[in-house]
Amino acid sequence: MTEAWAAVLAVGAGTAVLKAVGPVAVSGRSLPDRATALLELLAPAILAALVVVESFGSGRSLVPDARLAGVGVGIVAVALRAPFWLVVVVGGAATALVRLLS
Amino acid sequence: MRRGARIGASLFPAAAALGASFGVLARTAHLDAAAAIVMSATTFAGSAQVAAVSVLGAGGGIAAAVIAALLLNARYAPIGISIAQSFRGSVLKLAQSQLVVDESWALAGGGTPRFDKRVFLGVGMVLWVGWVGGTAVGALLGQAIGDPSAFGLDGAFAALFIALLATQMRGGRRIVAATGGAAIAALLIPFTAPGVPIIAATVAVLAGWSRTG
Repeated sequence: MTEAWAAVLAVGAGTAVLKAVGPVAVSGRSLPDRATALLELLAPAILAALVVVESFGSGRSLVPDARLAGVGVGIVAVALRAPFWLVVVVGGAATALVRLLS
Repeated sequence: MRRGARIGASLFPAAAALGASFGVLARTAHLDAAAAIVMSATTFAGSAQVAAVSVLGAGGGIAAAVIAALLLNARYAPIGISIAQSFRGSVLKLAQSQLVVDESWALAGGGTPRFDKRVFLGVGMVLWVGWVGGTAVGALLGQAIGDPSAFGLDGAFAALFIALLATQMRGGRRIVAATGGAAIAALLIPFTAPGVPIIAATVAVLAGWSRTG
C-alpha cells in the first residue's frame, strides 16, 4: 500500500470515529465548556501554521519565492470576500505568472 | 429534510468548487484520483483533507499528515456531542453522524435548543454529493496536468489555507491562537522534519485559551 493510501484510510477512519463519538457514545452528556473552548482553537492555530509552511517552507528552510505572489493575491481576494474556488484560482495563476516571468 | 436540501443547494456550488480544488491539489501529494475520491467520501472535511495532502506533499510522512488532519477534525467531537440527543438507532446514528460538517451543524441550529435534525440531514447529504462530485472532477483534471508547479499549485495551496483561516478569525482568542501557531511554525521549519511545525503549532491553543475574552 502506498503512503498516500495509508494516510487516506487512517484519516478517514479517525474522522469517522470523531464524528460518531458524540451521537453513538456520549448521548445526553456534554464536554466541559473549557475543553470545548480549547478544541475550538485547534483549527485557527493549525491553519495559520499551514499558511506559513505553504507560503515560505521548502524542506527545512524558509524560502521566499513565487508562491508569495499567490499569497498576496489570495489575501486580497479573501478581503474582497471572493469564494474559495476563486481564491484558489487567482492564487495559483499569480504564482504561475510570476514563475513564468522570473 | 427537503427544507435542508433546499438550504444545502445554495452551498452546493461552493462545496463542489472546493472539492475540485482539493482534487487538483491532491495530485501534489501523489494521491491518484481514486484515493482523492475515497478520501472525500470517507473523511468529508475540507480543511483536514487539504492539510493531510499538504503535509504529505511536503515530505512530512504519514504520521504527521494523519495527526495534523485529525487534530483539525477534533472539533467534530464536541460538535457531535452537542447534537447527540437528536439521534436514534445505533447503526443509523453511526451513518447519520458522518454528515457532520461545520455547515450542516450550524445551518440546522446546532448547539441551540432549536436543532432540526431533518435540516441537518438535508444539508449534509447535498454537501456530501457536491464535495465528492467536485473532488472527482478536480482529481481527473489534476491527473491531466503535467508539472504541478507550472500551474502555481503550490501558491494555490497557500491561498486556500488563507481562505480557510479567514473563516476562523472570529474573536480575540482565535486570533491569538492563529498568531501563535504561525509563529511556532516559522520558528520550527529550519530545525524539524516537515510536518512537525504544523503539529507543534497546536501548543498555541494554550496562549489563546488563557487569554480572557
